[in-house]
Amino acid sequence: MNWLTADRLRLLVPALSLAVLLGAVFYLQPRSMSYVGLNLLLNLAVPITLATIAQMLIMMVNDLDLSMGTFVSFVACVTATYLQTDPWLGVLILAVCIAAYAGMGVVIHLRNLPSIVVTLGMSFVWGGLAVLMLPTPGGTAPDWIRWLMTSKPPIVPMAIVASVLIAAITHWLVIRSAFGVVLRGVGGNERSVQRAGWSVIRAKALAYALAGLFAVLAGIALVGLTTSADANIALRYTLLSIAGVILGGGEFVGGRVSPIGAVIGALTLTLAASFLSFLRISPDWQIGAQGAILIVVLALRLLLNRREAREGRQ
Amino acid sequence: MRTLAAKPWFWSFVAAFGVWLATILFTGGASTIGVSQAALTFAAFSIIVGLGQMFVITLGPGNVDLSIPSTMTLAGTVALKVMETNDGLVLLGLILAVLVGLCIGVVNYGLIKLLRIPPIIATLSSSFIIQSTAIWYNRGIRIKPPATLIQFATGTTLGIPNVALVALLISVVIWVLLEKGIYGRRVSAIGQNMRAARLAGVPVDGTRFATYVLCAVLASLAGLLLSCFSGGAALNMGTEYLLSSIAVVVIGGTAVAGGSANVPGIWGGSLFLFLVVSMLNTYGASAGVRLLLTGIIIIGVILAASRRPLA
Amino acid sequence: MDTAATSRDMLAVNGAEKSFGAVRALAGVDFVVRAGECVGLVGHNGAGKSTLVTLMTGGTKPDRGRILLDGQDATGSYGFAAAREHGLRCVFQELSLCPNLTVTENTRIAHRSISGLGWRRRAEQVIRQKLDEIFPGHGIDVGTTIASLSIAKRQMVEIATAFSESEAKVRLVILDEPTSSLDATLAGQLLAYVRKFVGAGGSVVVISHILGEILSAADRVVVMKDGKVVAERPASEFTVASLVAAMGSVVRERDAVRPARDQSGQTPVLAQTATGPEPAIGFVAYPGEIVGLAGLGGHGQTRTLIGLYRDQGGDWIARRDSKVAFVAGDRHVDGNLPLWSILKNLTLTLLPDLTRFGLVQHRAEAAVAQQWRARIEVRTQDLDNPILSLSGGNQQKVLFARALATRVPVVLMDDPMRGVDIGTKQEVYAILRSEADKGRTFVWYSTEMDEICQCDRVYVFREGRIVAELRGADIAESHILAASFAEQAA
Repeated sequence: MNWLTADRLRLLVPALSLAVLLGAVFYLQPRSMSYVGLNLLLNLAVPITLATIAQMLIMMVNDLDLSMGTFVSFVACVTATYLQTDPWLGVLILAVCIAAYAGMGVVIHLRNLPSIVVTLGMSFVWGGLAVLMLPTPGGTAPDWIRWLMTSKPPIVPMAIVASVLIAAITHWLVIRSAFGVVLRGVGGNERSVQRAGWSVIRAKALAYALAGLFAVLAGIALVGLTTSADANIALRYTLLSIAGVILGGGEFVGGRVSPIGAVIGALTLTLAASFLSFLRISPDWQIGAQGAILIVVLALRLLLNRREAREGRQ
Repeated sequence: MRTLAAKPWFWSFVAAFGVWLATILFTGGASTIGVSQAALTFAAFSIIVGLGQMFVITLGPGNVDLSIPSTMTLAGTVALKVMETNDGLVLLGLILAVLVGLCIGVVNYGLIKLLRIPPIIATLSSSFIIQSTAIWYNRGIRIKPPATLIQFATGTTLGIPNVALVALLISVVIWVLLEKGIYGRRVSAIGQNMRAARLAGVPVDGTRFATYVLCAVLASLAGLLLSCFSGGAALNMGTEYLLSSIAVVVIGGTAVAGGSANVPGIWGGSLFLFLVVSMLNTYGASAGVRLLLTGIIIIGVILAASRRPLA
Repeated sequence: MDTAATSRDMLAVNGAEKSFGAVRALAGVDFVVRAGECVGLVGHNGAGKSTLVTLMTGGTKPDRGRILLDGQDATGSYGFAAAREHGLRCVFQELSLCPNLTVTENTRIAHRSISGLGWRRRAEQVIRQKLDEIFPGHGIDVGTTIASLSIAKRQMVEIATAFSESEAKVRLVILDEPTSSLDATLAGQLLAYVRKFVGAGGSVVVISHILGEILSAADRVVVMKDGKVVAERPASEFTVASLVAAMGSVVRERDAVRPARDQSGQTPVLAQTATGPEPAIGFVAYPGEIVGLAGLGGHGQTRTLIGLYRDQGGDWIARRDSKVAFVAGDRHVDGNLPLWSILKNLTLTLLPDLTRFGLVQHRAEAAVAQQWRARIEVRTQDLDNPILSLSGGNQQKVLFARALATRVPVVLMDDPMRGVDIGTKQEVYAILRSEADKGRTFVWYSTEMDEICQCDRVYVFREGRIVAELRGADIAESHILAASFAEQAA
C-alpha cells in the first residue's frame, strides 16, 4: 500500500466520485454515452472549470474570493461587447482587470485585511460595472471564441479535451514548476518562505494575478457557449468554484490544493446537475443536493484527515 | 463633540444624514416625509438581519453567516403557508418562524463544530439546502399574508413605519445584550482572542452556538416581516441581504476583525445604504452606478478602518 | 587548545547586550565560533541562549556590542540575509518547513538558486545525498509531503536541509535542540556527522538538554547564566556533574527552607494520573499548597496546565462553581483582550458572579475592580483606560487579579512573571503566599529558579512528562538542574 500516499488518496476520492457519477448517468440515460451525449452533459464544464482553478489559486494563499461570480459575469459582458466590437480596447480592459486582481492581493496582504470582506466589496464593483456595460442581456460573442467553444474535435468532445488541457497546464504551473512551489509554500508556512529570502508580497500578487487571468478565461469561454451575456450570467460561479475546489481535495488553509482535483471537482458539479435531473429529482432539490454533496464530501474529508493525523503521529 | 466623533458609528450617521439632505434638497424638500419613511422602512429589514450578522462577525476572523437570505425565505414561506391568510393563526406563524430560525442556527453551528469547517462554508452549504426546502415547500404558489399582518407591516404609527418600530425594539434588546449583558461581553472576548477567552473561563462553544442561533432567528423574523410587507414570500426575496447584511456591519464601524461591535452603527449603515440608493434614484442614476458606488463605499470604509492602528 | 586558538574566528559576538523591557536577556556576552570546531551551549531557562542564537541568525540586533564575521565588523549590516549569505544556517526548535510541500519542494524553497528546468531532479539530488550522508538508511521518500512524515523524520529533513548546499557553502550550523524528537541511534548518527562536518573545517553550535550529547559532540562548552557566559572550557574538562554545577549559582542561600508537609490524610483538589514509561509520577495538588512545575521551557509544563484547565469542562456553559482559574504567561497570546479596558479585563473570569438575569451588575463590577486595584496596586489613573496603556508588569497584575478575584480553589499559573520587574514580583509573591495560607492552591510553572524555590512541592518536567518530585529541603537548584538535563538520550 505504499503507492497509496495521503496525497493520492485525496485525489482518489474525487476521481472515484466522478467515475461513480458518470456510471450512474450512463446507467440512467444510456443515450448519453455518446459523443453528442457527453458534449451535452459537459457543455458548461469549461467555464466552471476555469473559474474553479481561479478560486483554487486564491485559496492556495489562504484567501477566499467571494467576487468570482460577479467578476466572471463582468468579463462575459466585456467579451460580448468591447472584445467583439473593439478588440484592442477589450484586451486592454481585461489586462487592467488582471492587474486589479494583483493589486487586490497586495492590499489584502499589506493591510492584513480579511479577503472575504474585500472581495465582497469588489463584487459590488464588478456587478455595477457589468450592469453599466450591459443593462439588459445582449451582446454577441466574438466569432473566434464561438468557433473554439463549439468546435468538434474527433473522438472526444471539446469539453473533455479542454478539461484535460486545463488540468495539465495548471498542474504543471502550480505543482511542477519551480515558482508554483513557492506560491504553495506561502500558503503552507509564510514565515519559512520569508526566512528563505522570498518576497511574500510578490508571491501573493502573482497568485492573485494568475487567478484573475483564469477568471478572465472563464468569462470568455462562457460567452463562447452562450453567445450573449448579461450582468448576472455567472453569479452562481462564486459558490460553484469554492465547492469545486473543496470537492477536488483542496483545503481552505495551508496551501493544500490540487489543480487536477479542482478540475475533477468542477466536472463532478456539472455532472451532478444532469444526474439529478435524470433521477427525476424535482428541480426544487437540485441546489439543495449540491449543498448536501458538499457536506458529505467535507465529512469524508474529516475522516481522511483523522487517518492522516494518525499516520503522522507514528 | 470629540467623544462623539470618536464613536465608531458616528461617521455612518454623518454620511446617512448628508445623503438624506442631498436627496431632499434635490426635490426641494417636497419628498422629506416620503424619503424618510421609505428609508426607515427599507432600512428596518437590513437592520434586523444586520444585528445578527454583527454578532457573528464580532466572533472574530472567518465568522460570517451566509445563510441569512435562504433563512429569510424559508421562514417567510413556512409562516405564511401555515397561517393561510388566517388572522387567528398569526401567533402560530410567528412561533414557527422563530423555530425555523432556531433549527437553522443549530444546524449551522453543528456543521461548523462537527465537520470543523470554516463558518463561511458551513453556512453556505446549509443555505443551499434551506433554499431547496423553501422552493419545495412553496411550490411556486404565492400565499398572501393575513390581512392584519399586511396592515401592520405596511402601516405607520405616529408617522413612523411599524417595521422600523419593530427594528427599534429589537435593537434595544440587542443593545442591552451587547452592552449590559454577559453574553455581549463574551462575544467580544472571543472575537479579540479566542484562546485567551477560553482560558479566562468564557464558554466559547456555548457562546458561538448562541450567536449563530440568534443570527438565524433574527433573519427569520426579518423574513417574516419582509414577506408580510411585500404581500407574500418570494423565493429570491432574501438575495440582496447576503451582501447588505455584511455591508451595514462594516459601514457601521463594527470591527471586521472581530471583538468590537456597536448597535447604532447598524442603523447608520442601513439608513446610509438605502439613502444612497434612493438618492441615486432621485438623480436618475442607473442600477449599475448604485452597485458600483456601494462597492467603492464598502472598500473605502474597510481601507479607512484598517489605517487605524489596532489599539 | 593550540589549534583552536590559531584557527580563524568564523563568527564572533563581542560584549553583546540586549534588553527586552525590564528583562536583561544578554548582559555583555562574548562568544566565538571558530572554523573547524563544535561549540556546545548550555544554560537553564533565561540564561540568554535563545537571545544569543537569534542575534547570530540575524533575527535581532544587539543594544550594544559587535558582531564580527571572519574578523570583520558586520554589526551594522547584519540580518537574515547577511547571515545566510555568509553560510550560516539554523535548525530551530519549531518546525520551519512548509508542511504542505514535499521534502524536495522544501529544498527548493530553501535554495533560491535551484530553479529552472530540471530543478526537481537537482533538488532531489541535493537533499537525498545529504540525508544519506547524515542519516544512512533513513528511509525517507523525498517525494512525500512533510505533513505525512513522522515528527522524527521531519526533524531529520530539517537538519539535512540546513546542512545541504547548492551554490553557497554552509560554514556554520546552529542546532537548537536538534535531537528532541530523535531516538538514540539517529542522535548518534547526527553527532557523528557533526564531528565529520567539523573535521572538514565547518563550524557547529549545539544547544541540547542532553548533556552527554554536548560533551561527546563539542570541542568546547560555553555555559551561560543570567545573560552572561559563566564558564568556558574544553569539553574534555567537563563532566555531566560539573556542567550542572556550572549552570547553578555559585553561592545562593535559601532564605528559609519550607518544611515538607505531611499530606497523607488530605484529599487532593486536583490530580492527574501518570502516563508513559517508568518512573511514572502522577500529578496531585493539595489545598493550601503552592506546587511548582520546573524544568526547561517547552517540556510539557504549559500543556499540562492547559490540560488540567480543560479537564474541568466549561466549553458550552460557564460553571459557576468552577474549580480552576488560569493566569497566562504569554500575555499577548493567552491573556490580554487588547480592545478592552483594564476593568473589563480584570472581571472577565469573575463575570458569572457579577451577573443577574444575564445582565452584568456594573456597580458590583466596579467595586470588585476597585478593591483589587487597591490590593495589587495597579498603577493607573482610571480603570476605564485601555489595558494596553499599562506597563507589562501592571498588565500581568491585572491578569493575576482576574484569577484571584474569583472563588476558585485552584489557580494555575503559566510562568506569569516573564518580563516583570522585581518590585512587582515581590508584591505578587506576598499575595500568593497569603492566599495559599488561606487555603488556596497554586500550580505554578516558572522558568525562574528563585520562584520555584518558593514552592512547597515541585515537579520537574523533561520531554513532556514529570521526571522528579521534590519537597522540603530537596527543592534546590542543583536537584532541579540535575533532573532537567538528561545524561543520555532516552
